[in-house]
Amino acid sequence: MAEVEETLKRIQSHKGVIGTMVVNAEGIPIRTTLDNSTTVQYAGLLHQLTVKAKGTVRDIDPQNDLTFLRIRSKKHEIMVAPDKEYLLIVIQNPCE
Amino acid sequence: MATCALRGQLFPAGRAGAEALATRGIASPEGPERPGPLQDETLGVASVPSQWRTVQGIRGETKSCQTASIATTEVSAQTWKHADAEVQTEAPEPVSVPSSVSWSDGPGLAAFLRRVEPMVTRELNKNWQSHAFDGFEVNWAEQQPTVTCLHTLGYPPAQAQGLHVTSVSWNTTGSVVGCAYGRLDDGDWSTLKSFVCAWNLDRRGLKPQQPSAVVEVPSAVMCLAFHPTQPAHVAGGLYSGEVLVWDLSRPEDPLLWRTGLTDDTHTDPVYQVLWLPEPRHSQRFQVLSAAADGKVLLWQGGTGGRLRLSAGFALAVQQLPRNTKLKKPPRGETEVGATAVAFSSFDSSLFVLGTEGGFPLKCSLAAAEAALTRMPSSVPLRAPAQFTFSPHGGPVYSVSCSPFHRNLFLSAGTDGHVHLYSMLQAPPLASLRLTHKYLFAVRWSPVRPLVFAAASGEGEVQLFDLQKSSQKPTVSVKQTQDERPVYCLEFNCQQTQLLAAGDAQGTVKVWRLSTEFTEQGPREREDLDQLAAEVAT
Repeated sequence: MAEVEETLKRIQSHKGVIGTMVVNAEGIPIRTTLDNSTTVQYAGLLHQLTVKAKGTVRDIDPQNDLTFLRIRSKKHEIMVAPDKEYLLIVIQNPCE
Repeated sequence: MATCALRGQLFPAGRAGAEALATRGIASPEGPERPGPLQDETLGVASVPSQWRTVQGIRGETKSCQTASIATTEVSAQTWKHADAEVQTEAPEPVSVPSSVSWSDGPGLAAFLRRVEPMVTRELNKNWQSHAFDGFEVNWAEQQPTVTCLHTLGYPPAQAQGLHVTSVSWNTTGSVVGCAYGRLDDGDWSTLKSFVCAWNLDRRGLKPQQPSAVVEVPSAVMCLAFHPTQPAHVAGGLYSGEVLVWDLSRPEDPLLWRTGLTDDTHTDPVYQVLWLPEPRHSQRFQVLSAAADGKVLLWQGGTGGRLRLSAGFALAVQQLPRNTKLKKPPRGETEVGATAVAFSSFDSSLFVLGTEGGFPLKCSLAAAEAALTRMPSSVPLRAPAQFTFSPHGGPVYSVSCSPFHRNLFLSAGTDGHVHLYSMLQAPPLASLRLTHKYLFAVRWSPVRPLVFAAASGEGEVQLFDLQKSSQKPTVSVKQTQDERPVYCLEFNCQQTQLLAAGDAQGTVKVWRLSTEFTEQGPREREDLDQLAAEVAT
C-alpha cells in the first residue's frame, strides 16, 4: 500500500502538476489528490474519452493499441496512462 | 220517482199511517173522514224530503293517504386533522469516496503504477521543458483581427441642438443600447429640451438615424442606466437633480416614476445612476443616484409615480478619513461633490465614489454614522466614507471596480491619468498618463481580467491590455474625426465583443472588439492577482 502512495506522491511532486488520480475500469476514481467533485468529473469524462480513443486506434489498425493520451488545452495539459484495469490521470500546468 | 220511493218506504209501516199521510193536505170539500167512490182526485204534490238520501248521504268513507315519511338525516363533517412532515435531503453522496474503497485494490494497482510511472514521469518532465506549443493558438471561432465600427447611431434633432451623448447603457439582454443627450460643457441651467434614445441592434432593418425609442426630457440628461432584469426600464439623472425612471416599451407614456423637486431631491446635477437589489429582496431593485451636491441617495418606486427616498448618504469634508494629505477643511460643513460611483463585484455593500476633489473614496452602504449636513431630508443621511485614496490632479470623472479581483479598481479624471488602485492602500498601484486632455470614462472589460477601456477628450477610445503593455494602449480607435471628446463608453456584458461609446457630436458608435479583447488567455487571472499583490508589498 505504501508503494502506491509513494508513487503517487512522486508523480504529484513534479513541476506544474495540479492533480493526480487513479480510475478503475468502470470509471470510478480510487485515488485522487483533488477535491471530490472535480475528481468525479474528470474521472467520468476522461474514462469515456480514453475508451473512445482506444477504440479509434484499434479500429484503424487492429494490431495497434493506445498507450498514452495527452490533451493540450489553453490552461492545462491532461495526461492519461491507460491499462486493462486502471487509468492514471495527471493534470499539469504547461510551462510558462 | 218520488212516489215510487214513497211507496216502497211506506207500506211496511201500516195502512193507517199511510192513509193519514196520503190525505194530509188534500183540498177536499167532503172532508177527510168519509171515503167517497172512485173519482178523479187531484192530489196535491206531496213532497217528502228524502231521508234515504240524507241517510245515504252521510255515509261517507274517510280515507286518508299519506306519502311515506321523508327521511332526513343530519350529518356533520369537519376536518381538523393536519399532518406535519419533515423532509430533508442529504448532501449528495459522491459517486465514490476514493479513500474508503482504496483498500480493496490489490497488488494490481501497485503493479499498474509501477508500469506507468516511468512513462508518466518522462512525459511530465518533457512537457515542462517543451516549447512545442509556445505561441500556438487554436482558432476555434472566427477571428476578428481588428476593432471595427459596427454602427454609427444618432438622433438628428438632438444633434441639431448641439447636444452631447452624456451616457450610454446596454439593457439586460444586451441587444438594446440607450443613450442620454445632454451637455457637459456649458455648466449652466438651461431650458433646452433633451432626449433619451434607444436602438435595438438585433432588430432587422435598424435605422441608425432613427432610434427605436425616443423620450423627450425637459432638462439635460446626465446619466442613464438600464434595469438589471427589466429590458425596457431605464433610469436617468438630470442636470436639475431629478431622477426619473422610464419604460421604453410604452412609447405614448414612458414615464414610470420621478423624484419630483422636493427637499430630498438632489440640488446639483446627478452624475451617475445605478440599480441595486433591495436588501432582503433580490428580485426588486432600487435606484442609486450620486450627484455633485455630495449626496448619494437610494430611491424606491412608490405609488403615484413618485420615487420615494429610502436611504441616503452625504459627504462632508469634515467627515472624510484623513489618511492622505488633503487641504485643511474650512470651517463648517462643506459637501464633497460625487461625480462617479462603482460597486464592488464581490461585496454588495462596498462602493467607490469619484469626487470633484479628485480623490476616490471607499464607502459602505452599511455605514451608521450620521452625516454633518444642514440640508433637510426625510430620512437621516449617513456618512459613508471609510477610506480616502490619493488624489488625482483634478476631478475624477469615472471609476470602475474590477469584475475579477475584489481589491482592484480604476479611476480616470481631468488630469488625463488612469489610476489603478488597490482597496488596501492609498497610493495608486499604477498611474498611466493616457492623454493631454481630460479622460471622461474608464471601464474594465467584463471578460478579460487585464483589459480596460478609456474614453479620452481627444476623441479616442483606448483599449488597454495590461498583459501586453502597461504604458501605452494596445489599440486606440478614433471615434470622432475632429478630435471632439468621447464622453462615455460601456462594454456589453451579454455580447461581449461589443463596446458602445458616445461623444460630443451626439453620436453613439458601437465597436466590435477584436478577438484578443474577448477571449481570456491562459494564466490571466493569476497575472491579475500578481498585479494586485506585487505592488501592495
